[in-house]
Amino acid sequence: MGEKVLMKGNEAIGEAAIRSGCKHFFGYPITPQTELSAYMAKKMPKIGGVFLQAESEIAAINMVYGAASAGVRTMTSSSSPGISLKSEGISYIAAADLPCVIVNIVRGGPGLGGIQPAQSDYFQATRGGGHGDYHLIVLAPNSVQELACLTADAFNISEEYGIPAMILGDGTLGQMMEPVDFDSIPEPVYADKPWAANGSDKKRPKNVVKTLFLDAHELETVVMDREKKYDIVKQELQRYEAHDIEDADVIISSYGITSRVVETAVEILKKDRIKVGVIRPITLWPFPEKIYKEVKPKAFLSVEMSTGQMVEDIKLASECSAPVYFFGRTGGVIPTPDEVVQKVKDIIKEVE
Amino acid sequence: MSKIIYKKPECLTDATFHYCPGCSHGIVHKLICEVIDELGIQGETIAVEPVGCAVTAHDYFDFDVVQSAHGRAPAVATGIKRALPERIVFTYQGDGDLASIGTAETVHSATRGENITVIFINNTIYGMTGGQMAPTSLPGQVTQTSPYGRDTSTQGYPVRICEMLATLDGPSYISRVATDSVPHIKEAKKAIKKAFENQINGKGFSIVEILSTCPTNWGMSPLEAMQRLRDEMIPYYPLGVFKDVEEVNK
Repeated sequence: MGEKVLMKGNEAIGEAAIRSGCKHFFGYPITPQTELSAYMAKKMPKIGGVFLQAESEIAAINMVYGAASAGVRTMTSSSSPGISLKSEGISYIAAADLPCVIVNIVRGGPGLGGIQPAQSDYFQATRGGGHGDYHLIVLAPNSVQELACLTADAFNISEEYGIPAMILGDGTLGQMMEPVDFDSIPEPVYADKPWAANGSDKKRPKNVVKTLFLDAHELETVVMDREKKYDIVKQELQRYEAHDIEDADVIISSYGITSRVVETAVEILKKDRIKVGVIRPITLWPFPEKIYKEVKPKAFLSVEMSTGQMVEDIKLASECSAPVYFFGRTGGVIPTPDEVVQKVKDIIKEVE
Repeated sequence: MSKIIYKKPECLTDATFHYCPGCSHGIVHKLICEVIDELGIQGETIAVEPVGCAVTAHDYFDFDVVQSAHGRAPAVATGIKRALPERIVFTYQGDGDLASIGTAETVHSATRGENITVIFINNTIYGMTGGQMAPTSLPGQVTQTSPYGRDTSTQGYPVRICEMLATLDGPSYISRVATDSVPHIKEAKKAIKKAFENQINGKGFSIVEILSTCPTNWGMSPLEAMQRLRDEMIPYYPLGVFKDVEEVNK
């Protein structure tokens, strides 16, 4: 273990990115992720890197597209309304099979919504957000330490598979301070990029990074080849944390900051001798569906800071082997442990 | 004994252009490739192609190409150039791309003095989608979406990009040229070359607006189209150099 430093979540993402070899950051101010841009603005010039405040979220993601095409590690960050703007570029990046990292420090929506933490961009993150058949690899940290670790992972994974990766955080994670140990984050593992449009030096045929295929059959082939890649990712990359799931009556699922609330609720419920277990998805795409097929609770409960966007993934993953309940707060309101405890007790009454 | 005095540029492929007869894209592609050959930068060049008729320019350019979303080419080029400052990066964009959907990217890459070269094809119409009104369509111009002629009271006025960008401190070179005659084409090549040389010399943002034809969507023969360019476009879009800063942008 190395030395721990007390750090804000947004800044920990920036430090982890730099340690992962990211020297090109393109951003645009939006609450509650702006500290990340500010951190990069401060650090990048000192390490010979690039921090550029773009004219818009749209420009920022297209700068990422350009830098990724050129073969460098690059990232952008935003919060919900800004991610909507970036979605056009994200679709192109996915279509060009380019690696990059996109951070969404989620706030309440839709529209301008609010600036308090939320998890209401789950569908946008896991279903696409932009147009076309594509996925992002979506990682959901639940602490400042995990923000750092998963940011480092995101660069490696994105490069390994040629799929853009998203860190799905929320306003609480971005703003809160916790101790973080940067010596324990994954080391950068660089992949070869023979496809990069970085100048041929006349030593190889030209490289073309493109997303247009006017022949329908050719486009279908390209999309289906990508689908095969997604199938591999689904097999190899399902990540979760679980405990007490073997004999649980109720298995609670939550991700990100909400999982911290749930852990407190679980402690209370255990004191009351209620058999609860926890599955915390860490990859939201691919969703950790295998584990849901191995468990036999009387009920599942999804706790989210949204109106229940993860519920259908749990239903699909568990193949509805038990009823899936939902408890959530939204609009920037954080659920309390007591609310979760009460919901579990209500569920127990219903299923018994 | 015979010797070769003229040949196709090396970095132009043998692929047959898909462009319509009389369209300026072919001329401009050739000029760009001649300049790249003359500067010896084929292996260092990365083009950013637009959405529009030139969306498959990578079939004709024999150097690295990145295809961008509509209007986003200057942002994509910015990302490439910032990643690879020693490489030569240029965008190739039409009027709808550069002066409508991508106006913000155009203005801000210019005002940042981004060290890239922008080749701007102004033919006063959306070509690829079949001839709709462009931001540069002239007052009264009949298009699919201005079937009664562009009415400035409801559809506004054409955008003069060079004049607009010339008000900024960032750009180093702003020039408008045309493809309607041999002397003008020679001028166009000079301007393109300067715009690339500026980048090589680190002078910052250079843009060459090239008044171009679209005979198919104008409903004209190639010759009539060249005549329209001379008679109608040049008076509205005067040729010339709008900015030429010789010092390095700091």
